[in-house]
Amino acid sequence: MMDQNYNFAFLDERTKKRIRRALLKAVAVPGYQVPFGSREMPFAYGWGTGGVQITASIIGLSDVLKVIDQGADDTTNAVNIRRFFARTTGVATTGKTREATLIQTRHRIPEVALTEAQILVYQVPMPEPMSRLEPSRRETIKMHALSEYGLMHVRLYEDIAQLGAISRAYDYPVMVNERYLMSPSPIPKFDNPKMHMNPALQLFGAGREKRLYAIPPYTAVRSLDFEDHPFEVQRWDHACALCGATESYLDEMIVDDAGSRLFVCSDSDYCEERRDAGQVGTQQAVTLHDALATPADAITTSEQEAA
Amino acid sequence: MYVAVKGGAAAIESSWRLLETQRRGDTAITELSVAQIREQLSLAVDRVMSEGSLYDPELAALAIKQASGDLMEAIFLLRAYRTTLPRLGYSEPLDTARIALVRRISAAFKEVPGGQLLGPTYDYTQRLLDFALLAEGDGAATSPLVPTEEAGAVPETPSATVPRINDLLAREGLLETPQPVDAAPPGDLTRDPLMFPADRALRLQALARGDEGWLLAMGYSTQRGYANSHPFAGEIRRGFVSVELVPDELGFAIDIGDLEVTECQMINQFGGSREVPPQFTQGYGLAFGGAERKTMAMALVDRALRADELGEPRVAPAQDEEFVLSHADNVEASGFVQHLKLPHYVDFQAELELVRKLRVAHAAAIKEAA
Repeated sequence: MMDQNYNFAFLDERTKKRIRRALLKAVAVPGYQVPFGSREMPFAYGWGTGGVQITASIIGLSDVLKVIDQGADDTTNAVNIRRFFARTTGVATTGKTREATLIQTRHRIPEVALTEAQILVYQVPMPEPMSRLEPSRRETIKMHALSEYGLMHVRLYEDIAQLGAISRAYDYPVMVNERYLMSPSPIPKFDNPKMHMNPALQLFGAGREKRLYAIPPYTAVRSLDFEDHPFEVQRWDHACALCGATESYLDEMIVDDAGSRLFVCSDSDYCEERRDAGQVGTQQAVTLHDALATPADAITTSEQEAA
Repeated sequence: MYVAVKGGAAAIESSWRLLETQRRGDTAITELSVAQIREQLSLAVDRVMSEGSLYDPELAALAIKQASGDLMEAIFLLRAYRTTLPRLGYSEPLDTARIALVRRISAAFKEVPGGQLLGPTYDYTQRLLDFALLAEGDGAATSPLVPTEEAGAVPETPSATVPRINDLLAREGLLETPQPVDAAPPGDLTRDPLMFPADRALRLQALARGDEGWLLAMGYSTQRGYANSHPFAGEIRRGFVSVELVPDELGFAIDIGDLEVTECQMINQFGGSREVPPQFTQGYGLAFGGAERKTMAMALVDRALRADELGEPRVAPAQDEEFVLSHADNVEASGFVQHLKLPHYVDFQAELELVRKLRVAHAAAIKEAA
């Protein structure tokens, strides 16, 4: 039931209109960060205010809303945001990716392929992909204007020179439409390939930093890499313990005092759908070993386990 | 078999209930009323109104009550309410020379037109805990520190024209008078995002709603050599000024009410240059209610941020507008620092996978070398 004390989706219509205008600009210039008059929301900055403002501006009565955080619908912040929209709009909500028309997410892209009928709204903490290299926005705006991205390439090169691999595991920088360097938000790089030529409209909102950006449907999104160090995504030695999936992003849980780990799908809807279809995992936790441990250490560890 | 944890919704509802219990405290003790907060914690109310950017003592007091006295939380509550209010129009500039004074001092001149008025201040209280206040509930218990019969009443003079010291100095040419850079009306920080470089009007807006602690530390740093400011408190005044609005239908200004404000004008040294004769420069601070510490710090920071305009080298953090202004808003800062409480296990997993992979590669490299 909608709360009548507030306007539909909380924000007033003029504010929503201004945000939609900024979104149109964002769609017209893929990957470009559009400054917008971000409002204080009844959520703390850093907790999804950008995504919430986008969702509030585009949600309509016929929408079906899904909200996820870390891939799951039942994490507290996802629950809070979903309930906020249920309360201020009265629209239907769902946990099922396939049923949703509008999906607000933090840190993940659902495993199930999205369609042209869907919009994915990302919550973004730091929209500027170069913020850790150049903290001044005044400078990075110039660098974007000139497509001057050498700084980022040098950073990635230095990683390889020093560590043998690029050390960005999430929020891995992408080039959108071969023009703008963009932060994909802190999704794991596992999800980066899903952004490329995605049929769904992808919208990004950074409330505190007051920026919006977008990837229109079927836009090229390329994760930065080098010819001799091609981009690659995370892989696990384990399948999901619940549904047996080998192609999904996994969460790791510590399940006992010995430090045994249980790997399960981060996308809770994907995992549930597979289990409903009869897929079963090992249901087993696993013991991990220190790759650098000497044989003596290993004996001690197994003795402790035996005890 | 492991079952994924559900029940976020139930946990949230329990959390609301526990929060309510925490707020109320011991129910054997009388509940604090919003009116009591407004009247007896008035400086907290003033800070919440300033940094919440909404002049409404009752709602600010309500926010303080709801936030169990956590002022940043109260500021956030007020901001989140403010954002839902329609923007009816912009007032005329406040004329702080026409003021019903509560307090007014100048540290630059012994005697000034309009006089020095000490007013309510903690400055000379000796900071001794007043144990008489412990004996509460007894209306007759009067603090020995306030022996006069008008205890509690805010000394307020009738509204009068009290010329600002800065205007008097500027008349003699001793003090620069900053002029608007162009004729365009000042921007509005609450409608459009702050971009850099920001003009002084926008900088002052950001400072006025900026966190008092941040401004205090930044202002303090300028006194300790991180940017040279040599400030004098030219004038600090606190009092009630009227707000005037020109409605389109009328075409002339009408008085829509009074605001209590504290205003600080710092006077700073400036050597002058070949083009500009030697004169003093200024920094400005303004906040709602009684906010002397805030406005003094604000004036120091405002002056430091004018480095480019006055041709001074930018050498200190307090002179870097992007650094100072991007981090001044405590609603933003508090939210982002505390968002680290949110689950980040997807990203942490990504890092774990990477570190494990690197360690395997490291182990392989050692083996190869051996």
